[in-house]
Amino acid sequence: MSFSWAKPYEPKTPLMRWIDERLPLPRLVYGAVGGGYPVPRNLNYWWNFGVAAGIFLTIQIITGIVLAMHFTASTDGAFDSVNQLIMRDVNAGWLLRYAHMNGASFFFLVVYVHIFRGLYYGSYKAPREMVWMLGLVIYLLMMATAFMGYVLPWGQMSYWGAQVITGFFSAFPVVGDPLRIWILGGYAPDQAALTRFFSLHYLLPFVIAGVVILHIWALHIPGSNNPTGVDVKDERDTLPFHPFYTAKDGWFSGAILLAYVIVTFFLPNYLGSPDNYIQANPLSTPAEIVPEWYLLPFYAILRSFTADFILPAKLWGVLAMFSSILLLFFLPWIDRSPVRSGAYRPVFKRFFWLLVIDVIVLGWVGGSPVKPLTVAVGQIAAAYYFLHFLVILSLVSAFETPLPLPRSISDSVLHGEEAEAAPIGSKPRRSRTATAAAE
Amino acid sequence: MRFILGFIGAVFAGVLMIAFISNLATYFANPPAPLPSDEFHLPPKDVHFSSDGVFGRFDNRQLQRGFQVYSEVCSACHSLKLVSFRDLKGIGYDDAEIKKIASDWKTQVPSINPDTGENATRKALPSDTFPPPFPNEVAARAANNNALPPDLSLITKAREGGAHYVYSILTGFQNEPAALLKKFPDAKTPPNLHYNPYFPNLNIAMPPPLTTDGQVQYQDGTKPTVDQMAKDVAAFLVWTAQPELERRHGTGLAVSIFLLIATILGYLAYQQIWDEAKRTVRPTGPLDPVNQAKTRRAKAKAGISG
Repeated sequence: MSFSWAKPYEPKTPLMRWIDERLPLPRLVYGAVGGGYPVPRNLNYWWNFGVAAGIFLTIQIITGIVLAMHFTASTDGAFDSVNQLIMRDVNAGWLLRYAHMNGASFFFLVVYVHIFRGLYYGSYKAPREMVWMLGLVIYLLMMATAFMGYVLPWGQMSYWGAQVITGFFSAFPVVGDPLRIWILGGYAPDQAALTRFFSLHYLLPFVIAGVVILHIWALHIPGSNNPTGVDVKDERDTLPFHPFYTAKDGWFSGAILLAYVIVTFFLPNYLGSPDNYIQANPLSTPAEIVPEWYLLPFYAILRSFTADFILPAKLWGVLAMFSSILLLFFLPWIDRSPVRSGAYRPVFKRFFWLLVIDVIVLGWVGGSPVKPLTVAVGQIAAAYYFLHFLVILSLVSAFETPLPLPRSISDSVLHGEEAEAAPIGSKPRRSRTATAAAE
Repeated sequence: MRFILGFIGAVFAGVLMIAFISNLATYFANPPAPLPSDEFHLPPKDVHFSSDGVFGRFDNRQLQRGFQVYSEVCSACHSLKLVSFRDLKGIGYDDAEIKKIASDWKTQVPSINPDTGENATRKALPSDTFPPPFPNEVAARAANNNALPPDLSLITKAREGGAHYVYSILTGFQNEPAALLKKFPDAKTPPNLHYNPYFPNLNIAMPPPLTTDGQVQYQDGTKPTVDQMAKDVAAFLVWTAQPELERRHGTGLAVSIFLLIATILGYLAYQQIWDEAKRTVRPTGPLDPVNQAKTRRAKAKAGISG
């Protein structure tokens, strides 16, 4: 949108001309995901997960709307409406439900790849801070939606998950307990909580869809980042989104969907907890209360705070868990290296992979039974998580000497970077010259 | 701001280190006592079911035998409340047989006397779900030493290990090992409980349900050993939990093949579309032919060769 060489929309048929003159929707679509959006030509496959996330959001909304037609939001009827009506009596109800259940997992999976891609290639840096922060808003909304959706079948994990997660709020002094009771509409998860979670679970995906539009809008101002992190300089650096990236996203989304279909049809319950096939029973606590896999790293951070130090351990855990996500909003200002791409940041790159391992370890700890030694591993991993974002990134970006950057995207595509290396110092460098020139 | 954030990070890390040290100090000062289940609990037995795996299918004769075991043994205590009699069509019974199974079922369905409006019972219909053996949880507990027999409709999805777990429990009853009692003298199986190493805490309230060969008389000539009966009823409970399994596998295969072909075609299209773009990357800077020509001209003008 912001590149001068972006092709303007030209209607091909009288009908499209007629529509475009009255409502320039075709123009909007053409400029957003059509031939009118120039994209760096060197994007690798890590850039295909954003579109995949959009596909999974669509799948979730469609399957969810149909499931809602058969679901009963009552504590007596919810479990049976899912496990008897939907799974046995509704035509292809089992397919809808398994597609929705595993769709949530795959949505998170592709979004995690998308987020880590942004972390590695510095997509959060100027001028894309707004894209990054809107993405984090989407992620927070996803977590809220997924949590409330997991409560709906009213199984044991639904109930006890709701109990534990709403219990976080009661850690706050003074306002904690009233807040929790207000959120649940009672002292424990019950009819009031189930009905409101159902209502919000239906609402939030559309809010997500709205923020996705803002996310894409904000992205189109500077245009996509790319694996070199170097700004687009001229038309030779870009290709129109359609047909080039529609073709690439098309086949790669097919490959991701294939993995999704295999899990949905052949291992539909692999990612879930068996306990959720037991109806909720407020009198019987499961041996282990574990959230869905995609929330496990945060759960591990929560449980790592086992010592009271000035504040109670539970409050530390809750503060740390909320902070672990909120700190990501500050990332564009924590990491001040002018070089975006991790490929040219030798020190950053090592810490990045350490972070990936760290988050996987946290996930493993979050899913393991509480034992002193696993908790100890989790404590080290949680400490690294905070140090990575709040201390290490700051220091690395101040002291690291980056590798020479390629002159332009085309050069890096043509022949490795070294040949055309233009050495740059560690001093901050204005990196918006190309977009400024284009404007 | 970076300093404030760095400080927050250091505080969290510091509190975690305090927790880490006190956690390990407690661990080494008084290590947690091992539990009998840490050592004597066994993973489910390795046994094959025809429904296992990607191409798994049900064996209807086995499911019918399993249903017989359920109706003659398990249904005395365990409900099957999510399954309807009409669902039995899925394991090969015809309408007349289902009608008979429903009306002969040992518990009747609560109903209302059409003349007086008083509570009554009636014979089950194919559209009914299996009537539970006990009218409510209190009655179920009262009849079972205060233990509640779980509903079996979803049992193979509600337990780690599924059918393998059910089979292992049914065939896993044994005397408490002497080694266990030697190591944990206090861990004697309490009265009214039964030692079973496949049960998470080793002591299960259910008495051994399948005790003797021939407890159920199979009509298809299969020898009703305890092992066979356990296997058949476990297979039947896979079906009650996932009656859609065969359809799911079949549809999954079709959808996967469709998507595989679509993805391959998409990949070929991608290759073709990008082929041109990859060949027409134009160099910039010193390698740009325009600049190279300029350089050549300038060199020629200055009389430099090469």
